[in-house]
Amino acid sequence: MNYTDFYSSRSDLDAEKNAPNHMRWRILPMSETCLLIEFGQVIDPYVNKLVRSAAECLMHDPLPGVVDVVPAFSSVAIHYKPECLKHDLLMPLAMPFERLTAEVEARLSKNLIQWSCPERLVKIPICYGGEFGPDLEEVASRCNMSVEEVVRLHTSSPAIIYMLGFAPGLPYAGGLDSRLSLPRRSTPRQLVAEGTVAIANNQTAIYSMTSPGGWNLIGRTPINLFDARSEPPSLLCPGDRLSFYQITEDEYDSILEQRQ
Amino acid sequence: MTMHVVSPGALTTLQDLGRYGFQRFGVSASGVMDEWSHRVANIIVGNDDNEATLEVTLAGPTLLFDLPCLISICGANLSPSIDGVLIPMWVPILVTAGSRLQFGRRIDGARAYIAVRGGYQATMVMNSKSTYLRCGFGGFEGRMLRAGDSFTAGGGECLKDGFLSDLENCDQPFLAVPSPEIAPLTIASPQVIRVVPGQQWEKFAEQSRSNFVSKEFRVTPQSDRMGYRIQGEALSLEAPLEMISEAVTFGTVQVPPDGNPIILMADRPTTGGYPKIATVVRVDLPLLAQIFAPGALMFALITIQEAQSLYLAREDELSRLRHDFARVHGDDVSSLTGDNYRELQLTHGG
Repeated sequence: MNYTDFYSSRSDLDAEKNAPNHMRWRILPMSETCLLIEFGQVIDPYVNKLVRSAAECLMHDPLPGVVDVVPAFSSVAIHYKPECLKHDLLMPLAMPFERLTAEVEARLSKNLIQWSCPERLVKIPICYGGEFGPDLEEVASRCNMSVEEVVRLHTSSPAIIYMLGFAPGLPYAGGLDSRLSLPRRSTPRQLVAEGTVAIANNQTAIYSMTSPGGWNLIGRTPINLFDARSEPPSLLCPGDRLSFYQITEDEYDSILEQRQ
Repeated sequence: MTMHVVSPGALTTLQDLGRYGFQRFGVSASGVMDEWSHRVANIIVGNDDNEATLEVTLAGPTLLFDLPCLISICGANLSPSIDGVLIPMWVPILVTAGSRLQFGRRIDGARAYIAVRGGYQATMVMNSKSTYLRCGFGGFEGRMLRAGDSFTAGGGECLKDGFLSDLENCDQPFLAVPSPEIAPLTIASPQVIRVVPGQQWEKFAEQSRSNFVSKEFRVTPQSDRMGYRIQGEALSLEAPLEMISEAVTFGTVQVPPDGNPIILMADRPTTGGYPKIATVVRVDLPLLAQIFAPGALMFALITIQEAQSLYLAREDELSRLRHDFARVHGDDVSSLTGDNYRELQLTHGG
């Protein structure tokens, strides 16, 4: 079964609603082998879109010495090997970090606007509540609504992945309906099962592997998010739109079986 | 050649220089903890720097070699011996067929690296042979070595003819090959670890910044390949700070609300949400990797320019060693590479 549908949306960044008039970023050395491009200190759909565009722009035709480009909520890290940036006739006295900063600056200034991110829609089946989502009822009561209303609001939230992190293939998706706004739990759980769908901080996360976790657990997906031997290893990537839909426990079991 | 694991040691894993190009999917970079000892171990036997080595922790394994081979052991001195005779470290060692490598008393350091000429055979997972224990992939079946394992590693076919005849005429289980001298790592107590200011350096209280670079810290037992938890004068921010997760790197020193810093090491996550007071400079990470609880540290602040100059000087030194040892082995140095740079792959999920 294929849960991934592509749909075309290559909207120009400047055409976005609420877009600031110009894009600003600053490039700082995080260490002698890592630069950080900061687009702000906010979790915001527009800022995150800039982040993803910058990451695409830097991964396409990578600059010399760059080994990894890591987009997060509002920043992009560039891991690089300084020894690959030793010689430059234009900046003979500059250190590698200064040279790479200048190259990144030039590339973003020139090209960032052209790079819009490929966006996909990925459907995620979720079996809500019960042992799969032990916090669903508590979420409903804390948000003053019924369990059915929580599920309805969650499945109708236009989720978009801001970043992957914490564990391989683990997505943080924004766009959660504000009526489901809750903080993290005061005491984290030692073990959260693989596939568990959780909400906190106006986001949805899906635990890609069994690990400790402090979010509110509302359901579980039978879809495998990470396989080290797949190319690429992660089902999801930053910028993917997620469409959540409710399934029964029987449907959960049958999708899980097809996986094996 | 087949290597048989008679006993696995405390924590022995296969590691190379790390898994790069996949951090945007949340995949940890992993790789060796002590990059210097690993790279020198490879250079000594004439391998690429990125070839995998066995990373041995505190208590070493016992390994049987069924064919002649050339090995080197660098890093922590865990009293390595072959068939009961202590062997020198930081030099190429020719080993005869059927000999047994084992380790004894720990003299200094925490991690030793065993390189074998020709490398270890292991399936590449995301372009790397590094073992990522937390998720069980890479290396040998994604796990540490166990008694009874056997695996394929480079053997006699990659030794030059002179070495093979030397071995045949030898009545000892091993031969140390004459080669340029390399100084072992020495760890002081407290060991000074140089750092550059972190992203939130300015946000820490003045007293905390001053304590960070003047007081002693100790490595706690809650330290592993993922991170070192260290303890000293608790560090605090000037004012509460709203933090948003962003990328971290090898050596990032982050400070959780309890004020006790965590230094992120090889198996670090790709991103982190705690304020970062500093980053350990690359050339001092090998020293840190050789310290374990309750080892003492002191941090010294340097500039990013100084850190990068130190890094480039170390690359030059490794390059010189690579040339020197290529002569020992009769290798063409231009075929050897010191860097693990690969084209960054542009791939999307799905």
